[in-house]
Amino acid sequence: MIAAIAAMISDHLPALQIAMPLLSATLCVIVRNRWAAWAVASFNAWGAVVNASVLLHRVLTSGTISYAEGGWPVPWGIELRIDLLNALVLLVVTVICAIVLLAAPRGLAMEVPEEKHYLFYAAFLLCMTGLAGMTVTGDAFNVFVFLEISSLSSYALISQGRTPRALTSAIQYLIMGTIGGTFILLGIGMLYMSTGTLNIVDLAHRLAVVGPNRTVLVALACISVGAGIKLALFPLHIWLPNAYTYAPALVSAFLAATATKVAFYVLVRFVYTIFRVNVAFEVSRLDAVFVPVAIAAMFAGSLVAIYQDDIKRMLAYSSVAQIGYMVLGVSLHNEHGLTGGLVHVFNHAIMKCGLFLVLTAVLLRVGSTRLGAFAGLGRRMPLTFAAFVVGGLSLIGVPLTVGFVSKWYLVLGALDAGLWPVAFLILLSSLLAVVYIWRVVEVGYFTPPPADAPAVSEAPFSLLLPMWLLIGATVFFGVFTSLSAGVASEAARMLLGGGP
Amino acid sequence: MIDWGLYNYWVIIVLMMTGLYVVISRGNLVKKVIGLNIFQVSVIMFYVSMGKVRGGSAPILEEGIEIYSNPLPHVLMLTAIVVGVATSALALALVVRIKEAYGTIEEDEIRAMEREEDAT
Repeated sequence: MIAAIAAMISDHLPALQIAMPLLSATLCVIVRNRWAAWAVASFNAWGAVVNASVLLHRVLTSGTISYAEGGWPVPWGIELRIDLLNALVLLVVTVICAIVLLAAPRGLAMEVPEEKHYLFYAAFLLCMTGLAGMTVTGDAFNVFVFLEISSLSSYALISQGRTPRALTSAIQYLIMGTIGGTFILLGIGMLYMSTGTLNIVDLAHRLAVVGPNRTVLVALACISVGAGIKLALFPLHIWLPNAYTYAPALVSAFLAATATKVAFYVLVRFVYTIFRVNVAFEVSRLDAVFVPVAIAAMFAGSLVAIYQDDIKRMLAYSSVAQIGYMVLGVSLHNEHGLTGGLVHVFNHAIMKCGLFLVLTAVLLRVGSTRLGAFAGLGRRMPLTFAAFVVGGLSLIGVPLTVGFVSKWYLVLGALDAGLWPVAFLILLSSLLAVVYIWRVVEVGYFTPPPADAPAVSEAPFSLLLPMWLLIGATVFFGVFTSLSAGVASEAARMLLGGGP
Repeated sequence: MIDWGLYNYWVIIVLMMTGLYVVISRGNLVKKVIGLNIFQVSVIMFYVSMGKVRGGSAPILEEGIEIYSNPLPHVLMLTAIVVGVATSALALALVVRIKEAYGTIEEDEIRAMEREEDAT
């Protein structure tokens, strides 16, 4: 009996990745109790982590998994398709969800009234459904539907912030996000017009036959702009700093590590699997747009970050810069560059989520995330502040941290492409990260707290644990790169090989 | 019968740009939401007109009919309409909350208040 159930579950793992959080979100609303809702959400998230690990293991041992939804044969039915690329992204998303939920009961207390927590968990699970769905699906229209599920729930999550500014940030993001989503829908429509199919693998095969006509190129443009808005590619990033600054700190930790990463995955999937390198980079020269824009993002994001007084806003602008690195890696379209871009998805997710959890702890104990609030924190909250320092070093790209691994591959990629000035600019922009991280470190260790400052104790264990899990991971994966960079470079080879 | 060519695409482009222009140029949040709706509707019409086959009938099996319109884009748009309704509902809910918090839904007035708040 148990064996039969286990066998059934094991056959349907890709579908469960979507179905479980979707059903549990409704369960959260039914139970109306914050601890019960938290238990439901955590159970799901950890289940999803196990599920994603099993899927990644299967992909590594026996190749791409194709799952026909409802038993309808592919390509007529909807396919869920998991290869190396989305198995890695799925693992990142589920791990971040699970770790953020560990911090949720304490981390939310400051910002969301307790009677609303169960609704928070429901929206959180819906967002997780959308993100997992975008990642596992093999159907282009499904990408749009799941994109909107995750976006709508993330607008709701952002609007939970303490100040009215959260509301205006949420509606700003809603307007931009909807325009982005609609552009993606338009692009998918044009692809359907040219090929008569929505299955991603089928699309790739048929587009190779149809060739790069005007409609296909306009579709590429629409999808690039739409995904560019969703992943906050400079200069389409203006929704991001406000959204991350005024959202509850925990939501910033969650969205910074997942939403933009999955949007980035969608861009990579469309550009490399559907349009393929020859249409995207040889016929339409996408790199001529993306390389300058990515470099502008690296510098503009880091420069603006230096002048921020609110550390949450500083990290938000730093995200804009880090997204620049990812897009740069992808637009170099060689193996090292693409590996760098993909591994940075993994690396940036763990370090940015860790850093935002540090801010959650600071907000909980000190009550503010402004630079002044960090005075003397190096002594008053030593473990929390040490986590910030390690995370910051990783953001800079110091050896033995994950940031170094990504930048190493990006620089190699730039050199392979013969763009040594780009390699130089990557290193130069890292120095800007030194400046904005150092400002905080200096205040934390060398500025004494004001004399009338209330006593501040170390963050509670329920925040320290998830924070250090992630920050520890930035060091661990900076040394042992076989999971992150190993899988990313395999995925890059697969994408460049042209085979879906 | 006069052949109008591919006039449907011109209608769609005009609608789309109207929607985008309203979103960008209007400061009133409700008008922005309406602009967003027009923008989404243009894409819905794009899909619907794409599925139409000239002289084709509704996709119901019937004797004597050989040309059918393509129902798939039409069905896809049912989903997109639902997404559009959900987006509008959420946007309007946010507008209500903004009105409660700021007492206005004009973007420039909200921004002026936020600037004052930043200055203090």
